[in-house]
Amino acid sequence: MTRAVGPATLRARRARAAWWLLAPTLAALALAAGWPLARTLWLSLTDATLADPGDFAFVGLANYLEHDAGQWYGVLADPQWWRAVRNTLIFAVASVALETVLGVAIALALDVPFRGRALVRAAVLVPWAVPTVVSAKLWAWMLNDEFGVLNHAALALGLIAAPIAWTADPDLALVAVIVVDVWKSTPFVVLLVLAALQMLPGECYEAARVDGVHPVRVFFRVTLPLIWPALAVAIAFRALDALRVFDLVYVLTANSASTMSISVYARQQLIDFQDLGFGSAASTLVFLTIGLAAIVYLRLARLRPEEVR
Amino acid sequence: MADLVLRGVTKAFGAATVLDGVDLAVADGELVVLVGPSGCGKSTLLRLVAGLDELTRGEILIGGRRVEALPPQERGVAMMFQSYALYPHMSVRDSMAFGLSVARYDRAAIRARVEQAARLLQIAPLLGRKPGELSGGQRQRVALGRAIVRDPAVFLLDEPLSNLDAALRARTRLELARLHRTLNATTLYVTHDQLEAMTLAERLVVLREGRIEQVGAPLEVYRRPRNAFVAGFLGSPTMNFIGARVAVAGPCEVACLLPDGVRLRAGANGAALRAGDPVTLGIRPEHLRLADDADARIRGPVAVVERSGDACYAYLEVAGARDGLLVARLDPDSRIRPGDRLSLAAPLGAVHVFDADGVACPPAEAA
Ligand SMILES: Nc1ncnc2c1ncn2[C@@H]1O[C@H](COP(=O)(O)OP(=O)(O)OP(=O)(O)O)[C@@H](O)[C@H]1O
Ligand SMILES: [Mg+2]
Repeated sequence: MTRAVGPATLRARRARAAWWLLAPTLAALALAAGWPLARTLWLSLTDATLADPGDFAFVGLANYLEHDAGQWYGVLADPQWWRAVRNTLIFAVASVALETVLGVAIALALDVPFRGRALVRAAVLVPWAVPTVVSAKLWAWMLNDEFGVLNHAALALGLIAAPIAWTADPDLALVAVIVVDVWKSTPFVVLLVLAALQMLPGECYEAARVDGVHPVRVFFRVTLPLIWPALAVAIAFRALDALRVFDLVYVLTANSASTMSISVYARQQLIDFQDLGFGSAASTLVFLTIGLAAIVYLRLARLRPEEVR
Repeated sequence: MADLVLRGVTKAFGAATVLDGVDLAVADGELVVLVGPSGCGKSTLLRLVAGLDELTRGEILIGGRRVEALPPQERGVAMMFQSYALYPHMSVRDSMAFGLSVARYDRAAIRARVEQAARLLQIAPLLGRKPGELSGGQRQRVALGRAIVRDPAVFLLDEPLSNLDAALRARTRLELARLHRTLNATTLYVTHDQLEAMTLAERLVVLREGRIEQVGAPLEVYRRPRNAFVAGFLGSPTMNFIGARVAVAGPCEVACLLPDGVRLRAGANGAALRAGDPVTLGIRPEHLRLADDADARIRGPVAVVERSGDACYAYLEVAGARDGLLVARLDPDSRIRPGDRLSLAAPLGAVHVFDADGVACPPAEAA
C-alpha cells in the first residue's frame, strides 16, 4: 500500500526539514545570546553586585526608574545615561552618514576600470581588516597630543600653533571618535556597494548616455535605486554596530563623559561601580534601544527579504 | 531626419581589427539592414555610430555633419539595445520619459510625446508597469518606444527581435515594417537572422569579419550573390554547394563536370574561366526539381527527409557536395522516403558558378 503524498504533507515535510537544518543555529543562538540575555534581564530586576552576585534581592523596576522620597532614581533618571544616549546618537548618525556618502563615492570610483584597480581595491579594505582595538590604539597614538604624528605634521606645516589634545578636549573627542570610525568602517560600505554596482545592467548606462541624460540624474534615478537594497543592508549593519559602539570609544577616550556611549556606560556601572543590577538594567536598555532602532529602520528602508538579493 | 554616411570606418581593439574600412551611405528615411555571422562587427558598428566607442580611423557623417568627435547625446541618434536595456525599477512611462531632457521639453510635452508613442506601439495600457511585469514582446515595444519618443535623426536597432520566440518575432517584424512606413526614419538595423534581413530591408548589407561583402536590394543580393559567402549566408536551408570542374566555358553558359561525371550547365558568364578550372556550383534548394528526362541531372540516394508542412526537404548523398549532402525543397505531398534514389534538375539560370576564390561569375550575356 502506498500512502498518497499530497501537497500538504509535502509542505509539512519541507517545513520539518527546514527546522532540522535550523536547529543547530537556533541552539547555538539560545546558548550564546538567549541565555545571557535572559540572565541580564533577570539581574536587572535585582540589587545584585559584582562582588557577591549570589546575594541579592528582587527590586522590581527600581534599577530602571523609581520614585523614592521625592527623588527619582534608576538608569533613566541618571543624566549621565542621557548624555551617553545623546553621544551615541550623534556618533551613530554622523558616522553612518559619512560612511554611506564616502562609501558610495569610493565604490563608484573603484567601479571605473583603471590601471592598478585590483591593488587599490585591496588597499581600501585594509582598515576594515584591522581589529578595532588595534586600529583604535593606532589612532590613539597618532592623535596623542605629545607624541602624535598628527600634531607633529600640523605643527610642522604651520596649521596649528600649539599641540591639540584631540581625544581629551571635550569638544573634539567625539569628532575624533567619529573620524576613526569612518576611517575604519567605510571600506565595509565600499565592499557591499561595489558588489551591487557590478551587478548593474551595463547597457542601461549606455542607453542613458545615448539619450543624453545628465550623469548626476542617472546616478540619482538609476544607480541609487538599483543599489539601494545593498546600500540599505550596509547602512543597517553600520547603524546597529554604531549604536552599540564600545571598543573604539573605550580605547580612545576611556570613560570620558564627553564621548561615553551607552555601551561604555553599561560597562562602567557593571565593572567599575560593581553594580550588577543597575548595570544589567543599562545593558537591557542598550539592547532595547538597538532592537527598536533595527525595527524602525527596517520599516523605513522597506527592506523585505525578496528585495535583498 | 538625416542621412548617415560612413567612410572608411575602422575599429581595432588592441591588435584585433574588428571593422576594416567600412563605407556605407544610408539615405534619409531609408532602412538599411546589416547582417552577418556572430562576431562580424555589427554591434561594434552601431556603437561607433552611437558614439559609445571611438573610431580608430574613418569618418561618420549624420545629416552632413561630422560626428566622430561628438559625445553620444549630441549626435541625434536613438539606439535600441539587444537586451532592451530597460531600467528595471522604472515604470514604462518613466523609462520612456527618462531620455527626454527637461531642458528641451516641459512636463506636459513629455507626457504628450510618451502617450503618442505608446498609442503608436499599442502599449498605452502598460504605461504604469515595470519591465519585470511585461512579456518579451511588450518589453521590446517599450524599448522601441523609448527610441521613438526622442525623435532622433537616426535609429540604431541592435537585434531588436532576437529575444522573442518565433511567432512573436514574425509578428513584431511586421509591426516594425509598418512602423517604419509611418515614421520613415533613417534606420540602421542589425540582425543575424537572414529572414528578418530579407523582409525588412530596403537595402541589405552583408558583413563578414569587419568588411562589407555586398550591398544591395535584398532580392538582388539573394539572387545575385557576389560570392559564395553571401550566397551561403542568405537562404534557409542554405544554398547547396558542389565542387566541380569546368568542361566548357563561354560568355553565355558554363558547362561543368561533377565528380561523378555528370555534366551540369549553368547560365553564367564564364569568360574568365578555362576548361579544367576547379569551381563551386551553387544551387538553392527551392530551385531543384524532380526530373525524369534525359537532361543533365544530379542523382543520389535520399539520406534524410524533413517535412515542415509547407515543404518537404530531401537530403541526398551526392559526391562533391559540401558535407556530402545536398538538399532539395520538394512538394510537401511528395512520397519520398529515405533510401529512394532521386534525380534532380535545376533551371540553367538557377545554377551559380563560383571560382576558386569563391567569387561569383557575372550573369550570362544574352545570346
Ligand atoms: N570591447 C571589446 N574589446 C575587445 N574585443 C571586442 C570588444 N567588443 C567586441 N569585440 C570583438 O569584436 C568582434 C565583433 O563584435 P561585435 O559585438 O560587433 O559582433 P556582432 O557582429 O555584434 O556579433 P553578434 O551577432 O554575436 O552580436 C568580436 O570578435 C568581439 O570579440
Ligand atoms: Mg551584436
